[in-house]
Amino acid sequence: MPTMNMIQALNSALDVKLGQDPDVLIFGEDIGYFGGVFRVTDGLQVKHGLTRCFDTPIAEGGIIGAAIGMGAYGLRPVAEIQFVDYILPAYDQLVSEAARLRYRSGGEFIAPITVRSPYGGGIFGGQTHSQSPEALFAHVVGLKTIIPSNPYDAKGLLIAAIEDDDPVIFMEPKRIYNGPFNGRHGEQMKNWAGDPMAEVPEGHYTVPLGKAALVREGKDVTVLAYGTMVHVAKAGIEDSGVDAELIDLRSIVPLDIDAIVQSVSKTGRCVILHEATRFAGFGGELSALIQERCFWALKAPVGRVAGWDTPYPHAFETDYLPGPGRLAAALQRVMED
Amino acid sequence: MRNDRSFSLYIPEPDARPGETPDFSHLRLEPAGTVERPAATTPGLEMREMPFRFVRVLDEEGRAVGPWAPRIEPEMLRRGLRAMLLTRIFDDRMFRAHRQGKTSFYMKSTGEEAIPVAQSLLLGAGDMCFPTYRVLGWLMARDYPLIDLVNQIFSNERDPLRGRQLPILYSARDYGFYSLSGNLGSRMIHAVGWAMGSAYKGDDKLALAYVGDGTTAEGDFHEALTFASVYHAPVLLCITNNQWAISSFSGIAGAQEAPLAARAIGFGMPGLRVDGNDFLAIWAATQWAVERARANMGATLIEFVTYRVAGHSTSDDPTKYRPSDEASHFPLGDPLERLKQHLIGLGEWDEARHAALAEELDQAVRAAMKEGEAVGTLGKSKPPVSEMFEHVFKEPDWRVIEQRRELGV
Repeated sequence: MPTMNMIQALNSALDVKLGQDPDVLIFGEDIGYFGGVFRVTDGLQVKHGLTRCFDTPIAEGGIIGAAIGMGAYGLRPVAEIQFVDYILPAYDQLVSEAARLRYRSGGEFIAPITVRSPYGGGIFGGQTHSQSPEALFAHVVGLKTIIPSNPYDAKGLLIAAIEDDDPVIFMEPKRIYNGPFNGRHGEQMKNWAGDPMAEVPEGHYTVPLGKAALVREGKDVTVLAYGTMVHVAKAGIEDSGVDAELIDLRSIVPLDIDAIVQSVSKTGRCVILHEATRFAGFGGELSALIQERCFWALKAPVGRVAGWDTPYPHAFETDYLPGPGRLAAALQRVMED
Repeated sequence: MRNDRSFSLYIPEPDARPGETPDFSHLRLEPAGTVERPAATTPGLEMREMPFRFVRVLDEEGRAVGPWAPRIEPEMLRRGLRAMLLTRIFDDRMFRAHRQGKTSFYMKSTGEEAIPVAQSLLLGAGDMCFPTYRVLGWLMARDYPLIDLVNQIFSNERDPLRGRQLPILYSARDYGFYSLSGNLGSRMIHAVGWAMGSAYKGDDKLALAYVGDGTTAEGDFHEALTFASVYHAPVLLCITNNQWAISSFSGIAGAQEAPLAARAIGFGMPGLRVDGNDFLAIWAATQWAVERARANMGATLIEFVTYRVAGHSTSDDPTKYRPSDEASHFPLGDPLERLKQHLIGLGEWDEARHAALAEELDQAVRAAMKEGEAVGTLGKSKPPVSEMFEHVFKEPDWRVIEQRRELGV
């Protein structure tokens, strides 16, 4: 089985769907001839043709709006927003249109669109190339939000997203495009070679939306993470010496509530880790759900480790992005309670 | 360098406010028949003057004159008249129904009926209209069942949109009528995407989008024009310039500086400025744009100059911000009366038939209202509450399932 990094796996997913389904077409800023600023669509225009993979004007609302129209027509468009920080001009299209079309039309019209977008921090991209806005989408009923953490999941989830009949925001943690990142900034960069999750089949397969992955079994505390933070969590758990269970949510919406409840009911403790800002972040929702469903099993308050409540800072990235040290400290703290 | 004078901020104001004499001299109209009809395949930039002209077919006596005069069978003209009359009667009945507390909200399209009616009759069954809330005529021209409209407006048990939408925000796929929403302008780019989809598939279906004069100020409008221009999308982009966006006159959207149709020039797209109260001019301009789109030459922007005779909605009182007699001063008259005059002039219609038709349509509307009232008006009847939880996603997720159980439906 070939080894792929996340970029290659995503490229392969698009390639498979373009080859399989004539109703799939992809577009976005700089994604055609050039192949995208992160190379995710590299070679697809040459292979599948100009009308299957093309450049768009710099108009995010227009990109998503056109995708919705194509979806209503009967196609399965995949739109790229170059950085998820740039998705906000399209927020109205996503919230008021894509998410609501099926409901308000009584099922007459649907928007089976996929919006891919590089997401998250860790590349010294400053405020506008580093943010994690999943909570803005999780709050919107009618949207699905996916964040993979490795090449195998990335490909399977992207194919599942394209085949899904609801609008899906597919956020790609750009820090782990080329290799896993455990949050230790001083260490040498790693690539995906040798990682079992980088063994990616060439053909079609799916990873279902809404199913979390159990990354590490443990008995004392549950760690919930997604995206780059899954790798940070592994390192943090190692550092802490705590026997923690690590769950990679993979999908924010639909959320695998059963996996969360099952694990926390067993361990009785939970720490949530995300790089988005903490206040009203998705961790708040997770924490509330756990309190509602696992209260009598809890031995300690649910902990949250998140990005600080500041705009994403450039020079302070290593201070801002949650690292293994912060998680390890939080794990030790919940064990003391 | 210093400024030798200080700046002053300009705030546009309409020509007349309540108590003043209405004035429409700023509209720059032209008599019928004066504008040439270029070949539909003329390059866009060679028609730069068109947005500053005024395409009109019916003259003051109701005769069809000039190069834009279309050939339309009298039977089709009568169908148009019928749909316009039906729209007006329905609007009046529903407005009253709102005053009687039978529904929460209503919006009339009085004075603007010719635009959607002519276009609905002209476009094909597979084409798709991306409507505003003032194009009920589109559905009337295609014989959408009155009872379905009434049930939607009453949000009752038989509401085709299952109680989820504000009255009149219809969706009717089988009638080429895309789902409406209260947000302005956000569906114009859907029309362009839909048309791009049609072109991508090698289909022959067109899209048609409406926005009002006020909505041309939205970013979505400019994005829609950009995409339509860039990808030569087979779409008709229509502005119904009815002079008012709630209480803001069209100058607040920038219409004072240049005709809204002239927005097309920067996109290399033809822009037509058309008498929106002239059924024949609407037909002719639409036919021209369809011909151009079918020649794979992409989109046309059409500004229909018309007038919003009624208030914005049942929540609006226009006498608060414009002269109460402004409608009667609007120089383009009443589209219904003008088409009627034309048909009578052709010897294809008369007052007696008109009165009989009005009576017949009023009966039909009253019958539909009665039928709807029997099901129930707002608050007296509604779809099963379980409908609230359907169609959030294709398959409900655990939240929807649990919350539906919690509510006991």
